[in-house]
Amino acid sequence: MRLELQKITKQFPGVLANDRISISVDKGQVLGLLGENGAGKTTLMNILSGLYRPDSGKILIDGKERVFRDPAQAIEAGIGMVHQHFMLVPVFDVTESVVLGNEPTKGPLGSFDRAAARAQVVELSKKHGLHVDPDAKIESLPVGVRQRVEILKALYRKSDILVLDEPSAVLTPQETEELFEIIRGLAKGGTSIIFITHKLNEVIAVADKITVLRRGAVAGETTPKKATSAKLAEMMVGREVQLTVDRSRAKAARTILDVDRLRVLNDEGKLVVDDVSFEVKSGEILAVAGVQGNGQTELVEALTGLRATDSGTIVLDGVDLTNVSPRKVATAGVAHIPEDRNRDGMVKGMTVAENFILNSYHLPPFSSGGVLNRREIALAAERAVKDFDVRTPSIDTDIANLSGGNQQKVIVAREFSRGVKLVIAAQPTRGLDVGSIEYIHKRIVEQRDAGAAVLIVSTELDEVLALGDRVAVMYEGRIVGILDSKQATRERVGLLMGGIQK
Amino acid sequence: MSTMRKIGRALKLPALSMFVAFLVGGVFIFLTDVEMLKQLTSNPLGAVGAGLGRVGAAYGALLRGAFGDPATYGDALASGGDVRVWTRAVRPLVESVVASVPLIFVGLGVSVAFRTGIFNIGGAGQFAIGALGGTTAALLFGAGVTPAPVAIVMIMLFGIAGGALWAFIPGFLKARVGASEVITTIMLNSIASQLIFFVVMNSEFIQQEQRLQPVSKELSKYVDIPGILPIEALRLDIAFPIALLTAVAVSYFLFRSTKGFELRTAGLNLAAAKYAGIGASSSIITAMLISGGISGLGGALVVVGMAKQLAPGVEGSVGFTAIAIALVGRTRPSGVVATALVFGFLQQGGRLMQIETIIPIQMLLFVQALVIAFIAAPDLTMQILKNPFRGLSRRSPNSKLKGVS
Repeated sequence: MRLELQKITKQFPGVLANDRISISVDKGQVLGLLGENGAGKTTLMNILSGLYRPDSGKILIDGKERVFRDPAQAIEAGIGMVHQHFMLVPVFDVTESVVLGNEPTKGPLGSFDRAAARAQVVELSKKHGLHVDPDAKIESLPVGVRQRVEILKALYRKSDILVLDEPSAVLTPQETEELFEIIRGLAKGGTSIIFITHKLNEVIAVADKITVLRRGAVAGETTPKKATSAKLAEMMVGREVQLTVDRSRAKAARTILDVDRLRVLNDEGKLVVDDVSFEVKSGEILAVAGVQGNGQTELVEALTGLRATDSGTIVLDGVDLTNVSPRKVATAGVAHIPEDRNRDGMVKGMTVAENFILNSYHLPPFSSGGVLNRREIALAAERAVKDFDVRTPSIDTDIANLSGGNQQKVIVAREFSRGVKLVIAAQPTRGLDVGSIEYIHKRIVEQRDAGAAVLIVSTELDEVLALGDRVAVMYEGRIVGILDSKQATRERVGLLMGGIQK
Repeated sequence: MSTMRKIGRALKLPALSMFVAFLVGGVFIFLTDVEMLKQLTSNPLGAVGAGLGRVGAAYGALLRGAFGDPATYGDALASGGDVRVWTRAVRPLVESVVASVPLIFVGLGVSVAFRTGIFNIGGAGQFAIGALGGTTAALLFGAGVTPAPVAIVMIMLFGIAGGALWAFIPGFLKARVGASEVITTIMLNSIASQLIFFVVMNSEFIQQEQRLQPVSKELSKYVDIPGILPIEALRLDIAFPIALLTAVAVSYFLFRSTKGFELRTAGLNLAAAKYAGIGASSSIITAMLISGGISGLGGALVVVGMAKQLAPGVEGSVGFTAIAIALVGRTRPSGVVATALVFGFLQQGGRLMQIETIIPIQMLLFVQALVIAFIAAPDLTMQILKNPFRGLSRRSPNSKLKGVS
C-alpha cells in the first residue's frame, strides 16, 4: 500500500512538535526517517498509529483519506508498529506473544486454539524468513530475536505498512545486519516500511528513500545513492558535523592503570573475565571492543569497585585498587561513565544539581559537617551546565525530564569535574544523537590530551575505531588481541570480535 | 509570588480531591437513607429534599464537630472572658488538633522510611513501644525523683529509644538477610500490642495500684506535661509544637544533610546509590532508626501527656492512617503535617456527626478512603471535575498511552 502523510501539524504546550510534515512511502519501499532526538519522529509516528490526532493535515492510504481515532483503527488499516522498547510479556512463549490480542479460538466457549496459533506463527516465520522457535519463552530470548517476535506480531495482524522505531538501538552489529536482511525481504514481498533512526550509516544501508526531520519539520529528502553521511548529518543537525574525531597522536607516557591476570565471576558464579591483563598509559585511549556480553560489563564493574574480583590485581598509578569500594575508586581519581546511565549513572526524581553531586556530595565544598552547602552546589552545577552545554530549563529540573544526550552530559560533567587520572567510559554514547555523540567524544579526547588515561568500552565498532589509540578486543571473557590504531582495521577487529584469530 | 504559586499548585490536587470525595460521600449518605428510599415512590420530591437535608445535616455536624459551633463562639464572644463558655466553644477545634498529633508523628516517621525506599508498616508498633518507653520513664523519673523538665526529657528519650529499637529489628534483618520489612514490621506490630497487654497485666511496676484492670498507673500523678493553651481544661500540650518542630527537623535532615541525601538516593535508585558509594545496609538501618524514633517519640508524648495512661490498644489505627497520610502528603514533612491536621479534623468532626445524625462513623471512614483514592488517581479526579460522565467512561490521554502497551 502507498502511505502518504500530508502537512501534518501537531502542537503541544510550548512546542510545535510537527510543523507541516509531509512524507510518503510506496508499496515495497523502505523509507528511512532520520532525525535527532526531539526532531518530531516519535510524535509523527504516534499520529500515524492513532495515539494522537493531528491538529491539521491528512493521512492517505492508497490515495484515500483515513482518520484514526485510536490505535485499533490504525492497526485495522494495516499499520504495524515495532516500538523501540519491546512490548512483550516475559513469561509468554513466542506463539502466545504473537497472537496476543487476536487469538484464534475454537469450540463454543471460544477457548484458545494453541495448535492453530502455533501453525500460523510457524507459517508466518517461514514465509518471511524470520527464524524463531515458536515455543521459546520470551525471557529466554536475546533481544534480536525478541525484535523478530515484535515484527511477527505486526505481520500477524496483517500489517502492510511496518513502522520500526529505532530498531537497532538494542542490537549488536550482527543482529543489525540480520535485521536489514529481514527488512529487505519484507519490502521485496510488498510491505511498505518506515525505518526510524538517528544512525546515518543505517539509512544509507537499508533505505530506498530518506527523509530527514529537524526541529519538527522536514529538513530535506534524498536517496542513499545521492547522500553521504556528512551531508545527512548536516541536514539533521543544521550545521556541519565532524563525524571523525579530530585528534593528534597519543603521547603515551607512564602507566596509569595496570590490570594483571584479572578474573571476575558474574552473578551466577560463571567466570566471565578470564585472566585479563592490560595497561593504560597516561595520554592514551585504550578502546575495548567486543560484542555485548563478552565480559566487558563485569570487567568495568570490577575496575570501578562495583563487583568483587576472583583473583588478579588492579593498580592505579601505584595504588592497589583491587576490591575497594566505589567511593575509594572515585576518590583515587577515576571518572566512571557507566554503561547503563538509567540504572547506575543518575537518580531520576532528583534534580540536575543533585545528580551533579551524586558521588561528591560528602566532600567540600559541597558539604561540611554533614550539612549540604546549597550555594556551592548551585554554583558548581550552574557552571557545569554552562561548560558542558547541558540543555535544561534550570539546575532544579528533575533529570528525568532531560533528553538522553543531556542526561549523559550531566554525568560526564560530574565525572570530569573532579581531578581525573583515569577515565572509564562504558558505552558512553549509546542511544545518543549525532550532536551529543560528537560532543562527548570531543570531551573524552580532551581528557586524554590533558594527560588522563582513558579506557573506553564500546560495542560500536565505529566508536572504537574513531577513538582508540590502541584497540583491545574481548571475546568470551578474554582479551584476544590488542592492536595499535594503525593495525586496527574494521576487518581485523571484526574478525577478532567474532572469536576468529588470524 | 512564585513560592505562593508553588504552594497553590501543591495544594490544588489535595483540595480538589477532598472536594470530590465529599461530593461522592454525599451521594452515598443520600443513597443509604432508608426512610428516604421508602418514600421515593409516593413522594419523590419530598424524599429527595429530605435526603439532601440529611446530607446537609451530616456535613454540618461534621464541620461543627471539627471546628466548633458558630453559635457557641457567639456566646463566648458575648460572655466576654468567661472561661467556661470559651472552653466549650473552642474544645472541638482543640480536640481536632489533639487527634492529629499522633498522626503527625507517625506520619513523619514512616515518611522517612518511605523516602529511603523502605515500606515501614510498623508505625503502630514503634508508636506503642515508644509509649511503653515513655510510661517507664515517667514512673522512674516522675513524682519528684528528678526535676520536672528532666523527667520530660527522659520521657522523650525513652520514647525515641523504644521506637528506634522496635524499628531497628526489621531494619537489621532487611540489611543483613534481606528479610522483607513489610512482613517483619507487621509481625512486630502484633508483638508490640501483645507486649503492652502483658506488661499492664503483669508488671507491678507499671500496672495500676489496685491491679484490677489491665491499665497502667495514672501517669498524671507522676509527670505533668505542660499545656500550651491558657485554659487548663483543654488538653493540648507541648506535644503539638514538638511535632511541628520534628517536621521542620525531618525536612532539614532530608533535604539539607548529607545523610538525608544518601537516604533519598538509596530510596530512588539503589543501583545509583551503590555507584555513588552509598552503602545500602547503613542507609536502611539509619532510616529505620530515625523512622522508629520519631514514631516512638510520638507514642511517649501522647500517652504520658494526653492519654495519661498506658492501656492495650494505645496505637489504635494510627499506624495505617499514618501510612495513608504519608502517601497523601507525598512524604513531604509539610504535606504530612497538613494532611494529619485534616485527618484529625475528620476524626473529631465524625464523632459529632455520628451522635447527631445517626450516620455511622463508617461513612466517614469511607469519605477518608475516598480522599486517598482520589489523590492517588489524579487523572480521574481532574476528569471528574471537567465532566463527571466523561471522566468515568473515557480514559484520559495518559492512560491511553500506557494502555497501548
